[in-house]
Amino acid sequence: MSEQKKSTAPDSGDGALWEIFVQEKQGAPHLHAGSLHAPDAEMALQNARDVYARRGRVLSIWVVPAVAITASSPEDDGPFFEPGNDKVYRHPQFYKVPRGVKVF
Amino acid sequence: MEDNAKMEQFQQRIDAGEKIEPKDSMPEKYRKQLIRMISQHAHSEIVGMLPEGNWITRAPSLQRKLSLIAKVQDEAGHGLYLYCAAETLGIDRDELVQQLLDGKAKYSSIFNYPTLTWADIGVIGWLVDGAAIVNQTMLAKASYGPYSRAMIRICKEENFHKRQGMEIVATMAAGVPAQKKMAQDAVNRWWWPSLMMFGPHDSDSPNSGVLLKWKVKTKTNDELRQRFVNLTVPQARAMGLSIPDPNLKYDPETKNWNFGEIDWDEFYQVIKGNGPCNEERIEARRKAHRDGAWVRDAAAAYAAKHADKSNVA
Ligand SMILES: [Fe+2]
Ligand SMILES: [Fe+2]
Repeated sequence: MSEQKKSTAPDSGDGALWEIFVQEKQGAPHLHAGSLHAPDAEMALQNARDVYARRGRVLSIWVVPAVAITASSPEDDGPFFEPGNDKVYRHPQFYKVPRGVKVF
Repeated sequence: MEDNAKMEQFQQRIDAGEKIEPKDSMPEKYRKQLIRMISQHAHSEIVGMLPEGNWITRAPSLQRKLSLIAKVQDEAGHGLYLYCAAETLGIDRDELVQQLLDGKAKYSSIFNYPTLTWADIGVIGWLVDGAAIVNQTMLAKASYGPYSRAMIRICKEENFHKRQGMEIVATMAAGVPAQKKMAQDAVNRWWWPSLMMFGPHDSDSPNSGVLLKWKVKTKTNDELRQRFVNLTVPQARAMGLSIPDPNLKYDPETKNWNFGEIDWDEFYQVIKGNGPCNEERIEARRKAHRDGAWVRDAAAAYAAKHADKSNVA
């Protein structure tokens, strides 16, 4: 928790960087809308409302300290995601069904 | 990443239409060009609030005032999206803001012209935002992911800016003679600076080659300028306003409106800081930054105090 405190503590002026996720439709996922600076979560939420929900319907906003995000790196591209690419048997098209049979 | 093989690989990604993301390897020059371009763009959005902000208290009706406030607020948002996009390239927003306040940063020369009458507000929305849309629609396809995404978001909001401007101009152009005269006068003053927004001729644009090669831009300054003129001339005619260019002539063969030469001396003078309002704009930014210091300090102190409290609990 102290790690997180540090991350959201104010920096040189405008506060830490926050990543903003917005849900625009009921049942839809929260999607990354952009980022902004704010000194704390409450202000991040208010600023996100002003910046990323100025018009149109927004149902919900998440604000996440940017430093709390761990991202895969582009160099991982090959080996890291390989398991997803080389297993054709994970796709329905891999399987044959009897001719004329409706699966659904 | 400077060796040839990596450079070649990068170019292949660009040519294949791939988007470059912040953590991807990229040539140092690509990073530098993007920081330059995106930060100048961000500064332009921020400084661009000033000429229009000047008329908020004097808008002729409550509705016009609400619209203008909403537009100026959008521009603040545009600046924010773009500073964030620049930050993904490894530069701090504080540093960029400081460059602007120190008068070291460039921004669009158009915002160094004064807004003398209410008609200027209409003409800015119509011509200046109109020109910005032509440029930004192209930039929405830029090869750098965060820049392209910021642009897509911005483009969605610009249409409102242009249309509210056109409505103001059209209303005045259809008004009493004094109103029409005021609208025409604003067009006369803003037309050429609007054409300058697209930058120097391709032949005099030092960065164009590499920006096109890396698909940061996909059209040249002159192509975009021509597109803007072709779009705008019929709009002016429809509103009964004339374009202050005796050389403006339709070419049925190319379907282009040919236009006269831009006063490039004026362009470079304004860029160098000798425009009518350069100093006033930067001073206004400095004052806003100074006046807002207590808000930033208070927010930081509040956040720090609450962080302490939840530590105890
Ligand atoms: Fe804008
Ligand atoms: Fe705009």
